[in-house]
Amino acid sequence: MEFESIIGLEIHVELATKSKMFCACSTRFGEEPNTQTCPVCLGLPGSLPVANEKAIEYVIKSGLAVGCDISLYSVFHRKNYFYPDMPKNYQISQYDLPLCVNGHIDLDMEGYETRIGITRIHLEEDTGKLIHVGGAGRIAGAEYSLVDFNRAGVPLMEIVSEPDIRTPEEAKAYAQKLRSILLALGVSDVSMEKGSMRVDANVSIRPKGSTEFGVKTELKNLNSFRSLQRALAYEIERQKKAIEAGEVIVQETRHWDENKGVTSTLRTKEYAHDYRYFPDPDLVPMEFKSDWIEKLRAELPELPDERKQRFMKDYGLPAHDARLLTEDKPMGDFFEETIALYKGDPKFVSNWLLGDISYYLNTENLEIDETAITPRHLADLLRLIDQGVISGKIAKEIFPEIFETGKLPQVIVEEKGMTQISDESEISSIVDLVLQENPGAVKEYREGKERALGFLVGQVMRLTKGRANPQLVNRLLREKL
Amino acid sequence: MELYQMTIHELHEKLVAKEISAKEITESVFSRIDKVEDKVKAYLLITRDTAFEQAKDIDEKIAAGEKISPLAGIPAAIKDVMCTRGVRTTCGSKILENYVPVYTSTAVENLLREGIVMTGKTNMDEFAMGSSNENSRFFPTHNPWDLERVPGGSSGGSAAAVAADEAIFSLGSDTGGSIRQPAALCGVVGMKPTYGLVSRYGLIAFASSLDQIGPFTKDVTDCAIVLNYLIGHDPMDSTSVKIDKPDYTKALVGDLKGIRIGVPKELMAEGIDSQVKSVVENAIRILAENGALVAETSLPNLAYALSAYYIIAPAEASSNLARFDGVRYGYRVPDAEDLMDMYMRTRAEGFGDEVKRRIMLGTYALSAGYYEAYYGRAQKVRTLIINDFNRAFDEFDVLVSPTSPTTAFKIGERIADPLQMYLSDICTIPVNLAGIPGISVPCGMVDGLPVGLQIIGKSLGEEMVLRVAYNFEQLFGWKEKPNL
Ligand SMILES: [Zn+2]
Repeated sequence: MEFESIIGLEIHVELATKSKMFCACSTRFGEEPNTQTCPVCLGLPGSLPVANEKAIEYVIKSGLAVGCDISLYSVFHRKNYFYPDMPKNYQISQYDLPLCVNGHIDLDMEGYETRIGITRIHLEEDTGKLIHVGGAGRIAGAEYSLVDFNRAGVPLMEIVSEPDIRTPEEAKAYAQKLRSILLALGVSDVSMEKGSMRVDANVSIRPKGSTEFGVKTELKNLNSFRSLQRALAYEIERQKKAIEAGEVIVQETRHWDENKGVTSTLRTKEYAHDYRYFPDPDLVPMEFKSDWIEKLRAELPELPDERKQRFMKDYGLPAHDARLLTEDKPMGDFFEETIALYKGDPKFVSNWLLGDISYYLNTENLEIDETAITPRHLADLLRLIDQGVISGKIAKEIFPEIFETGKLPQVIVEEKGMTQISDESEISSIVDLVLQENPGAVKEYREGKERALGFLVGQVMRLTKGRANPQLVNRLLREKL
Repeated sequence: MELYQMTIHELHEKLVAKEISAKEITESVFSRIDKVEDKVKAYLLITRDTAFEQAKDIDEKIAAGEKISPLAGIPAAIKDVMCTRGVRTTCGSKILENYVPVYTSTAVENLLREGIVMTGKTNMDEFAMGSSNENSRFFPTHNPWDLERVPGGSSGGSAAAVAADEAIFSLGSDTGGSIRQPAALCGVVGMKPTYGLVSRYGLIAFASSLDQIGPFTKDVTDCAIVLNYLIGHDPMDSTSVKIDKPDYTKALVGDLKGIRIGVPKELMAEGIDSQVKSVVENAIRILAENGALVAETSLPNLAYALSAYYIIAPAEASSNLARFDGVRYGYRVPDAEDLMDMYMRTRAEGFGDEVKRRIMLGTYALSAGYYEAYYGRAQKVRTLIINDFNRAFDEFDVLVSPTSPTTAFKIGERIADPLQMYLSDICTIPVNLAGIPGISVPCGMVDGLPVGLQIIGKSLGEEMVLRVAYNFEQLFGWKEKPNL
């Protein structure tokens, strides 16, 4: 039987406000435990919440950026459940009157396009963090547990998608696109690694063509875009095999094990909570004027889709390049600043950014704005290539040093004596030497084997340690053969 | 006349005239506490040392020729539901028996800034749930008029302290009548201001949409003085209203002419003790004979007020009290096996029966499948009650009723019958649901026990309420005191 998968994502994003959602405490990351707390975020008796207006603004801007309707009347509800990381044993969240509803994100899947609906975006407070001491580091079997409330009360935005996602690739693309939009808005640092972006996936499968939904499972512990995609792929296969073996899928929460590459039962539905939502009487309902919403709309920065279109139009980039460059705001900024300095072929800049630079960033796990390289470095480097001062190969060689030291390319090239040999007589004598030493290859070439030329070019490059101007080497070889 | 018997305004005059010192007032009040507290049991904690330090500060100010606030040097007791930094705050509960707050509630802070002398923290029904003070987890407070009887509740300690002259005034909190009902039963003035007028920051929540702090005083003038300093916008409380602060003492004009007074027949109906009713009718007659225009009126939806209240208040309480779990502060069972065991036994041992009853009621009312039928409906009733009051205030400046359907009952008399106990607040609850102001002033006696007249005003109509109360007080001229 052929199956299709139905995927919906619930994404939590910590907002980059200076203070917490309902008190004046700082949201700074990595401070000593429980130093960023006050009676309000500790839930001390008698304390009361006061809503952070900036956080509300950030959520509304996010909603506007993904085409949501903004509620002019919105309410904070209490979500009641007991857990030691929750100071009040209820979380201030939103229920039936969220700030934003009915949005969407369009995905370019290179081959087809698809629209993923966004059901709602709402605002809530984060919980504290438990540290279990003794045992296996989980609450069961621990000797005791400590609570750090520094994160308790940090504003969290929850973005719930419609079950419109059909493949793990789409899920990944949706999450990445959302991240790029939020980065452009500057409302969060949206880092899955740091936990400021957390993705939970709901997935079910059904026979292709069916309109009913199958039983879904919820996947947790998806700590990267890669694990999101892998976990979904695994879970879809697991569900298929189970159904084909005549088993019943159980509605449950499953834990993704990144190392083993499998999902396993975390808790089943019998532990489902009745959260007893009701409007928080400590907070007054939020009412907005449409003028204010329109003012926020006018303040929206250029969003990734708009920027992608502009990159294609203004720089003549292919859609693929334009999409990748605009997914990440700093990357797009870097591209544009480089073009402004370099004034050369935009595609050349794009190739470098999406090729060697992205490769380096991925290996080192860095963002472009976290390294020493600046648009000036790249522009200078490309100009050196254009001027024939260095070859592309040498450019690649000196690259890591630019990243690490921030030295300008021309300085490195000079220090290392790596300038390209463009002196015709110098190359000519090396070419003569190579032809003399490789009569076999010379013979093959003359017999029509074009491949032999490549070998001979390689020999010249070897003798010059890659510094010979490749165009010149080619021309001289052909002339002399 | 002893200093402890005097009012705020009488003592202030003497302080300003340098006839007496704050130290002498404080000594007088503590001598009274030493004499009668064993019988009354109004206090959970007496803060004698800090009280004398505070009095000393005021005396130094006076000696330095500084202008002092009308509240400076005045001994006041605080209901143990308000957080006081460094001073144990129990809320009448075992679960907070050793809890010492790290901050002071805005309302108390507002008064400390004016220089009050805090005498201590007063007894109350656990988490302000009760109408007799018998739900205190420590001991019951006794009514100064008859030590066999309850002082009312939940602010029974604060009411008894003022009635027994163990404080010049006190603060209470009122969720369904917890200031007005004990004020009536103890023969003092007690006021619940408009919801949002006094900050709730630092008031340990019972039912957030109903709770309001207010004063117990010996007369209406004192009530207006305390209110002047108690109210004000607080950025720490989202439900706090923003208004220009009036001077409530200016509202105390000796004239009732043309003031329209409505008597809701639903609050004079069955359930009101006949003797209490005739005392209240007499009070209404005094108002009418002195220029007020009195007429009967009807607020039909008040019939549902008690039912709506006992959904809304427990629902909010079930959530508000979830934080008392033994994790961060307060009582924790010493020998828990695991997290769930700690939660369950801490709460089972930490909370008393009435609190548990209300947590269960509220949890049930908010449960999936029941929300609309209970909480949703109760909120609709609340809207209807607000509409009834709004209509009534189109016609009337104030409404009047008995504060409590009976005088003080015997300790133990109603403890086994929660429904009978809940009826104690039948006249006061609608006022909380509507968020409007109400005051109780003494209006006579039945069998040696005081009766209170409730005067209800429209939202932010404190000035009119105080004006009518002041006129009644002047006309009635009640001077009775309990014999202790
Ligand atoms: Zn805080």
